[in-house]
Amino acid sequence: MSFLQIRNVSMRFGGLLAVSDASFEVAEGSITGLIGPNGAGKTTLFAIVSGFQKPTSGQVLWKGAEITARPPHLLAAEGLSRTFQIVQPFAGLSVRENIAVGAFLRHKRRADAIALAEQVAEQVGLTAELDKPAAALTVSGRKRVELGKALATQPKLLLLDEVLAGLNPSEVRDIVPVVRAIRDSGVTVLMIEHVMQAVMNLCESVHVLAQGRIIASGTPAEVVATPAVVEAYLGHGAAARLAGGAHA
Amino acid sequence: MRSFPAEIVMEAVANGLLTGAVYGLVALGLTLVYGVLHIINFAHGALLTLAMYAAWVCWAAFGLDPYVAILPLVPLFFVLGYAVQRLVIGPASGGNDQNILLVTLGLSIVLENAMLAIFRSDTLSVQVDYAMEVIEAGPMLLSFPRVVGFGVAFVVAAVLFVLLRMTDTGRAIRAVAKERTGAALVGIDVGHVYAVTFGIGTACLAVAACLLLPSFYVNPRVGNAFVLVAFTIVVLGGMGSVPGALLGGLVIGVVESLSGLYLGDSLGQLGIFVIFILVLLFKPTGLFGARA
Amino acid sequence: MTARDVWPILLFGAIAALLPLFVTAGTLLNFAIFTLILCLAAQGWNILGGFGGQYSFGHAAFFGTGAYAAAVLQVRYGVNPYITFLAGIALAALVGWVIGFLSFRSGLRGSYFALVTLAFAEVFRVLANAASFTGGAAGLLIPLDQRPANFQFESRGWFYLVVLALVVVALLLTRALERSRLGAQLVAVRENEEAARAVGVDALRVKLSAITLSAAMTGAAGGLYAQYFLYLDSTIAYGTWISVEALLAPIIGGAGTVFGPVIGAVILHTLAELTRMMVGRIPGIDLVIFGVLLILVVRYPPRHLLRFLRWRR
Repeated sequence: MSFLQIRNVSMRFGGLLAVSDASFEVAEGSITGLIGPNGAGKTTLFAIVSGFQKPTSGQVLWKGAEITARPPHLLAAEGLSRTFQIVQPFAGLSVRENIAVGAFLRHKRRADAIALAEQVAEQVGLTAELDKPAAALTVSGRKRVELGKALATQPKLLLLDEVLAGLNPSEVRDIVPVVRAIRDSGVTVLMIEHVMQAVMNLCESVHVLAQGRIIASGTPAEVVATPAVVEAYLGHGAAARLAGGAHA
Repeated sequence: MRSFPAEIVMEAVANGLLTGAVYGLVALGLTLVYGVLHIINFAHGALLTLAMYAAWVCWAAFGLDPYVAILPLVPLFFVLGYAVQRLVIGPASGGNDQNILLVTLGLSIVLENAMLAIFRSDTLSVQVDYAMEVIEAGPMLLSFPRVVGFGVAFVVAAVLFVLLRMTDTGRAIRAVAKERTGAALVGIDVGHVYAVTFGIGTACLAVAACLLLPSFYVNPRVGNAFVLVAFTIVVLGGMGSVPGALLGGLVIGVVESLSGLYLGDSLGQLGIFVIFILVLLFKPTGLFGARA
Repeated sequence: MTARDVWPILLFGAIAALLPLFVTAGTLLNFAIFTLILCLAAQGWNILGGFGGQYSFGHAAFFGTGAYAAAVLQVRYGVNPYITFLAGIALAALVGWVIGFLSFRSGLRGSYFALVTLAFAEVFRVLANAASFTGGAAGLLIPLDQRPANFQFESRGWFYLVVLALVVVALLLTRALERSRLGAQLVAVRENEEAARAVGVDALRVKLSAITLSAAMTGAAGGLYAQYFLYLDSTIAYGTWISVEALLAPIIGGAGTVFGPVIGAVILHTLAELTRMMVGRIPGIDLVIFGVLLILVVRYPPRHLLRFLRWRR
């Protein structure tokens, strides 16, 4: 029985097949990457796993039980939490209050929720910004709030949708250890990511989605060496050209 | 439920259609503003009341027949609508749905009560010699002012349709309605187009007011009766659709007339509210959209 | 809730309770009672609209239900007024839950929620005007019988204190909500419903709780209104005026804050009284001022100023 299993999931929007018969698994305790070119269907797949969308066909299994199309708040209660690629802060609230909303999921008393929120804030490096309105933060700060809100729900599986996008290299370098520390604390992580350096660095296993299909799975090193993956990113024939170039 | 002879039911349907065309005209202004600006103009009813008072003043002070008053009032209300959008609604909205709702609510409170302060709560009407005239159509007797209203409403809708299809202004309006950012990028002054659209919507109200006055009355709250009716029509006809507004108006006119016949005057309005609620609850997307 | 959360409310209650000692003029107490009833109705709106971000244009549906239940049950069935008052609150809460269930389940938000609530209130108004047990268009009179056991007092001062006590309870309830998990989740739904669901907030349940509490509070205001003025008709109970009043006070005084509705109601009605004194009784003039104030507050939100100050601190 695997931790999270995506089984033959397809999603059709009108004439567009956004996800096509995708299957893969996420092992407990791992950091698993989901990569692929723009428009490959990664965010749609995330929306399905986190219960925001109902797939046209296929199933999502969580510790062997089907959770397909279960509402997001119930999934969060069971320990499956997500972040959004386009950050969704509670704009009018302070950083502390933002994270506390997540913390309230498992703590009824305000004092407990606030205490957990402050603890999480420390974990994601926001202690200095606790009283600022979320809307007043930098991009990197807002990404951390996004991470903090999800983490405060005390998930078992964390779905990260491009937490590193839009950050400069030094900010990326700062967040990578935060993600690793989250995993080390016992949270399984599934991340969509474009920043390949971080993927290579963090993920034990990677699945590549292109035009809605899983075209490769394996360790980061294996996956980047797969011709189909190179072609998906760089265009048809690129793998052969690269290989030829290397020989010349 | 009581049963009525066929002629009475037919006459009720015919009267419903006649009133419905004017409802359609009121809804036309609302749907146009929604289709282009994507806002719900809550002050629409109060602006109609204002137009009816304007027509009444034209008659009482200058002896102008309400049908003739259309000529000065249409440009006047166009300018008024243009100014209201440019000076009040536009700046206050900040692009926020709920702010626009509050501002137009504020506007309707101000207009309605300013008229209450000026004209007091008495019900006013105009006395014109054709008010009681009837036209015989087969077995039915139709009120002359309502027949005129019906005809003019369709003419206005046709003019509007041509305006939107054939003129540069119309093309700019449709461009902004479809793709605001794109329209701005090709050099269309979006703020101006918004205000023009609002002006046209308000001008439609001026026509509707002049058509209503000979067979209707005016008091400070008269617009309220129309505003929910107009929203219902717009929901039914599809937000932003000109033919939809007219068609929706006719349907609602008939519903109101028949429910008045069968349920009595005091419960007659109920039919409209119930339709409105049902459509909003069960078919909001596509017609009204459930946008946040 | 901590002492710091509670004492401003108790202080307000204590100071306001002194009013009848100094003021005996009937008109002034009348004014104070009316304003307090509106505070209560507005606090109801504030819970759903201010904290929850769901702007209702139809709180008359709850006010009227509270008022009619209180009046009809005692006039037609001879039930004790204190019990009918509580029944009114319960019935208003039920109406709130049903309207909320229908609207929120259909995903209505923003303007569409506002419009549908307005339509519901209008349906109630038409029905109350047509039905016979409500007294129809002629209205309903509660017989004068001034005994405390009958929820009618010979001195206005007593009624003032009762209304004030209920306003204080409403303020305490609102404060408790603000400090509770439900309150935090409600504000989260207002700020970003999608994000709230992602962190485990059951948005539908939260909004339903809010509208039920909101309706109960506004229903209580309706019951007090009936009990004080002893007369109701459909345009008083279910009229747009109360929907507008309930919304104006929090928007002017600060939506989503505990004292906002009180501040707003006091500002609005003091302003209205002053205008009346200055220009005489011109109908509608007070509402013209309210409308202008509403537009100005939306145009230049005072909240921005407050947020700026808080951030600087």
